Amino acid sequence: MTCDEAEILLHALLDGELDAGHAREVEEHIAGCPRCAALLKDYRAMGQAMADSDLHFTAPAHLRQRVEAALPSTHTPSRRAVLKGFAMGSAVSALAATGVVAIVLRRADEQRIMSDVVSAHLRSLQAGHLTDVLSTDQHTVKPWFNGRLDVAPPVVDLTAQGFTLIGGRLDTIDGRAIGAIVYRRRTHVINLFVAQTANVEPRTATIETVQGFNIRRWSARGLSYWAVSDLSADELADFGNKFETAMRVG
Amino acid sequence: MPSHAPDEDPERTRRFRDAALPYLDDVYTLARYLLRDQSDAEDAVQECYLRALKHFDSYRGAAMKPWLFSILRNVCHAEFARRVNSPVSTIDDSAGQADDVAPIWHETQASPEAQLLQRRDATAIRRLVDALAEPFRETLVLREIQNLSYREIAEIVGAPVGTVMSRLARARAMLRAAWMAEEEHSK
Repeated sequence: MTCDEAEILLHALLDGELDAGHAREVEEHIAGCPRCAALLKDYRAMGQAMADSDLHFTAPAHLRQRVEAALPSTHTPSRRAVLKGFAMGSAVSALAATGVVAIVLRRADEQRIMSDVVSAHLRSLQAGHLTDVLSTDQHTVKPWFNGRLDVAPPVVDLTAQGFTLIGGRLDTIDGRAIGAIVYRRRTHVINLFVAQTANVEPRTATIETVQGFNIRRWSARGLSYWAVSDLSADELADFGNKFETAMRVG
Repeated sequence: MPSHAPDEDPERTRRFRDAALPYLDDVYTLARYLLRDQSDAEDAVQECYLRALKHFDSYRGAAMKPWLFSILRNVCHAEFARRVNSPVSTIDDSAGQADDVAPIWHETQASPEAQLLQRRDATAIRRLVDALAEPFRETLVLREIQNLSYREIAEIVGAPVGTVMSRLARARAMLRAAWMAEEEHSK
């Protein structure tokens, strides 16, 4: 490989965009070429400096208002909550008093839930919103939910299976607090939302695409799960299967 | 509880807001780097969101951020066209800092040995990035600040991945040279 070629390809190497074969070629060239090695070092330092600095701009509040005002008004906050209190009467009061929220889902409303799930996923991707508890340790994440939710969302570590646990978060779906467990695969974030359902029957997984995100939905052991990510449907299915396997084993 | 008529529009707008508004800061950031002017950037962002809503029906599945970026880019290009007085030259638009970054075109010959780059604060880095000419600035910002993949960048700018790679190489070479020139200057 010539220096001219290497000078272009070392950027792809830096950005993780090279396949293994080309990466090896570039690395071999760099090993024998002090000049290209120096360049790589500089570019790496430069990239690091840029990553460490906040080069983003924040939209001024008046711009946000302008944009919001320019979009037609939606007037939908009064829509009725689908994720309902668990039951009727005193049982509900008692549960509500302890912050217990369980969920009844009706099929017709699921589409809206899906839409909410995607919205929650999108919100979580904003800087600093991804996790409330940041830990790769399931024994840290799981207890964190205690007292914050009525259900104890199962938290399993799937790092060995290629899905890194990065933390947990309280989120809101259809106006209800709900637990989200956050995983990462490569640069893709997976939000796993867990809620209690009235219908305890296990339900086999389905995958749907909403606004470009894949959502894998299933129920097991009285809990409903929505795994949402920009991962491919195959990989998301793989995630769900590994999660379920780990649950059965663990 | 009041129930509203099964009207498609509010629901569609709501979905659009939920999907697109979280990227407001990202879109604004790109606009700032492309236009290098706060007020122009704000106008472009608003126009971008209006166009995006209009075309939301044709939005299928792709990631939202790159989709918004490609719309913003079209808006910005219209703005460039409007700025008839501004020079189209790819070199001279570094205007005020032209003297400082003069050696950018000798980047590959310059300093073959490792020169550890000094740290720069965000303001200084933004200024160096702003001084880059198009289309190198755009490519660099999409990669380094917006963290997009080569393929996503290629789709946004409508160029082959190979072009993205060579632009990025050139952009970084220029940035490095300007960075070092400034260090020389400050010694």
